[in-house]
Amino acid sequence: MLIKLTGGRVYDPAHQIDGKVMDIYVRDGRIVERPSDAEPIDQEYDLRGKVVMSGAIDMHTHIGGGKVNIARLMLPEDHRAHPSQHTDACRSGCGHAAPSTLTTGYRYAEMGYTAGFEPALSPVNARQSHLEMCDTPIIDKGGYAMIGSDDYFLRMLAAKKDQNAINDYVAWILHATQAIGIKVVNPGGINAFKFNQRALNLDEENVHYQVTPREVLQSLTRAVYELGIAHPLHVHGNNLGVPGNVETTLKTMGAVEGYPVHLTHIQFHSYGTEGDRKFSSGAAAIAEALNKHKNVSADVGQILFGQTVTASGDNMRQYANSGHGSPRKSVLMDIECDSGCGVVPFKYKDQNFVNALQWAIGLEIFLLSEDPWRIFLTTDHPNGAPFTSYPHLIRLLMDKSFRNDMFTKLNLDAQAMSTLNSIEREYSLYEIAIMTRAGAAKLVGLHDRGHLGVGAGADITVYTDNPDREAMFAKPDYVFKDGQLVVRNGEVVKVTWGSTHTVKPDFDKAIEKDLKQYFDRYHTMNMENFKVNAAELEEDGRGNVIVQECKGRREKTA
Amino acid sequence: MTQATHFPAATLEAVALPSDGLLSDDLTLNRDADGNLSLQSPTCAKSQAFFERPRAASTPSIQGKPATLEAAVAHAAQLFAKAKHPLLSGLATDVYGMRAVMNLAESAGATIDHMNSKSSMKNILVVQNSGWYVTTLSEVKNRVDLLVVIGTDVVSYFPRFFERMIWNKEAMFTADTDAREVVYLGGRNLDTSAGVSPSGRKPDVLPCDIDRVPEVLAALRALLTGKPLKAENVAGIATADLQKLADRLQAAKYSVLAWTGSALDFPHAELAIQNVVGIVEHLNKTTRSAGLPLSGNDGDVSAYNVSTWISGYPFRSSYRRGFPDYDPYHYETTRLLAEGEADALIWINSFNPERQPPATTLPTVVIGHPASALEKPAEVFIPIAVPGLEANGAQFRSDSSVTLPLRKLRETDLPTLADVLSAIEATLKTA
Repeated sequence: MLIKLTGGRVYDPAHQIDGKVMDIYVRDGRIVERPSDAEPIDQEYDLRGKVVMSGAIDMHTHIGGGKVNIARLMLPEDHRAHPSQHTDACRSGCGHAAPSTLTTGYRYAEMGYTAGFEPALSPVNARQSHLEMCDTPIIDKGGYAMIGSDDYFLRMLAAKKDQNAINDYVAWILHATQAIGIKVVNPGGINAFKFNQRALNLDEENVHYQVTPREVLQSLTRAVYELGIAHPLHVHGNNLGVPGNVETTLKTMGAVEGYPVHLTHIQFHSYGTEGDRKFSSGAAAIAEALNKHKNVSADVGQILFGQTVTASGDNMRQYANSGHGSPRKSVLMDIECDSGCGVVPFKYKDQNFVNALQWAIGLEIFLLSEDPWRIFLTTDHPNGAPFTSYPHLIRLLMDKSFRNDMFTKLNLDAQAMSTLNSIEREYSLYEIAIMTRAGAAKLVGLHDRGHLGVGAGADITVYTDNPDREAMFAKPDYVFKDGQLVVRNGEVVKVTWGSTHTVKPDFDKAIEKDLKQYFDRYHTMNMENFKVNAAELEEDGRGNVIVQECKGRREKTA
Repeated sequence: MTQATHFPAATLEAVALPSDGLLSDDLTLNRDADGNLSLQSPTCAKSQAFFERPRAASTPSIQGKPATLEAAVAHAAQLFAKAKHPLLSGLATDVYGMRAVMNLAESAGATIDHMNSKSSMKNILVVQNSGWYVTTLSEVKNRVDLLVVIGTDVVSYFPRFFERMIWNKEAMFTADTDAREVVYLGGRNLDTSAGVSPSGRKPDVLPCDIDRVPEVLAALRALLTGKPLKAENVAGIATADLQKLADRLQAAKYSVLAWTGSALDFPHAELAIQNVVGIVEHLNKTTRSAGLPLSGNDGDVSAYNVSTWISGYPFRSSYRRGFPDYDPYHYETTRLLAEGEADALIWINSFNPERQPPATTLPTVVIGHPASALEKPAEVFIPIAVPGLEANGAQFRSDSSVTLPLRKLRETDLPTLADVLSAIEATLKTA
């Protein structure tokens, strides 16, 4: 099957193509060279006047695993208000803040997204995460395995195990959990909370292990780098949501000593303590530091107003925030000497001083950060807002007058504390394509996605250019997933099952001897059953597992 | 039954009992060349009964007469096609089976409910109304210093709970597990022997009638939170004893309050559970504490998790309106059958062949364990490969955080639940 996409205006930043009119050919799910004139075209799409990008990639979205499913379970009110009917192509489903897996896959595809990455896959819960993601249709997916508060790792740090041993454990976790990256959440803090510590600063010791968050960050950033994993350590820092945490975030950037690091939902970590209410924007300082530290990338975790639900591994901070829940309920857990979780429904209001300033802080960070290859468009779905609000967020970034109109509706005290309406910048289509495609693919390590070069997977989105960017990005004309037309005019016309992306770095399997002992002594499951097999993901006919290349294990760096 | 070459005689390790909510996966089984299994270790009557059950040939039947699988599927599909309100209940299966349940339910506009929903819903209602702070089995094993079990001996439901989670020899954060304190709060005539420590230290027992547990919990919560309490005893328990328990909870570093929904067998037990949640919430202001709801027998935790991620709702939900709809009162099996609202029933029971489908005059399709001993012939009976015995699968544990793989341990000619339900669904779609 040879498909020709004719005459579209192409934005492909991986190849520095910025709005050039060109043809794209697709055969058997891949983008191919222009074939010989003799070869018949099976299907042609006339894309003259249309905007063509690769499929968008959400590099941080909570779509599968324990806490997401708890969010679904505890919010029947969210689902009742948002049912979705069975159609010719789609099964029914529901949900807005915490949609069902089927609805999640359909809605992402309908916005031109063809991949999403679950950023907090708890290793003991990896099987559930993958089962849910395998039930999420159309899009590709993957997960970042969350370690750093697990007792096995903290025991290693406390015992001063050498970096190679840490690297072996990190690699073992990636294999065992079928993950593509490593995440740390409130480094060491989830563990500290189990010992009744209520906060953990960067250089504060866990009372049991005498290990600091700084040590956790240093060993893990280095492990990820030395294993050759493309995605830098994905860091949800200490002190999320705490006024004054901008200092923690700036220190965290320095703590990693030049190793690559990705700071996630940085908006929630960019708060100062100025002003009458002791809550202010740290966006300028954060953006300045981001511009300076080339080893640091970030996604924003923009908040948008309305009802959502916050779901996090950071049960220390979620416990502290649980009183602010709306509706007032929360599920909190200590989990398996591995992690924790906290789920708190939340309603962001534009007339609330803090919420309004959070909104402005996120946008300030977007607009003051100079390098779109190192800043990513997220709402930390569903923590800041459901992913379905991305088209609205894109319009806020691309349309200054729209943004300023929104700004003038905010709580007046918050307006007074923000420089947002003095920022002139508007993102271009090319920059949006970097943030949501080329940059995201590069960051996650998807070597054949996020671009439109020959050999790439044919994940392609076609839009009608529209000055109303929200309308434009909400409803693509066509979305192709692996060369198959899955969406037409913003509606799913065909349901496919995407792949799961993983990395499998080399490691010394001798580590299993110690791990087996640890499991037998302290765990309640066998080590062999902890490990998720790729065949389990493929067994029920829901897509296949792709192993993305690691650059190969580097020698110990020092 | 002849075994294929890939199921030779062998010792099988790290096997879990798929029908038990604790999913203890430390079982070692012996398999002979014919695929017969015997439990080597540890001693567990429940596991032994499950794995060593004698095998007998089992075929589909229609009205008690042997039938081909195709005929049985066609007959079941016809019943569902005619039905205005089909009901899929029982749902004792695993994750893979539940995926097929959800597909068929969506296609048929059916209602779903689980055989254990009466107990599970008590917990789910709490999650949906107030939430909770809970913990998981390995945290208990390594951290608990004070265990309070409420209205149950636990071991009637989960025989190996104390052996594996409380009296484990080693724990990361407890120097001497023997020193762990155990308190039984509420219930009468409980078998508290499992709560005796290895050195022989007896647990504390504060008994009361099970239906008075709500009062006792309310009183304990009042004492903890400093509310005045004039009563000198509550449901026969001296207030001073409750005060002592309150003081111990405040002093504990990591207390765990455990219950099973089934044992709290009185109306609106969810309100009593909310008092447990409130106690934990209060304790967490100064120290650490967590609840431990114990459930998951017959795959109920798998059932509500899969249903929730695919439809948004746990069981007692329905696709009748063309989209998922949830009503924990309306879509309850016993009520739907008693009031004649459902007009066709598929009952799924993979693990426990003695358990009977609900009494009803409705034509009932039973899909389940090949040894199912039905007291009354079903309209259609279809035997299936049991997950974790004769089929691969995945099962959620009681604490919902851990899902274990289930492995096919021997050959069978029987289809999986997914095979059967997909065939019914395909027949419905072409009808």
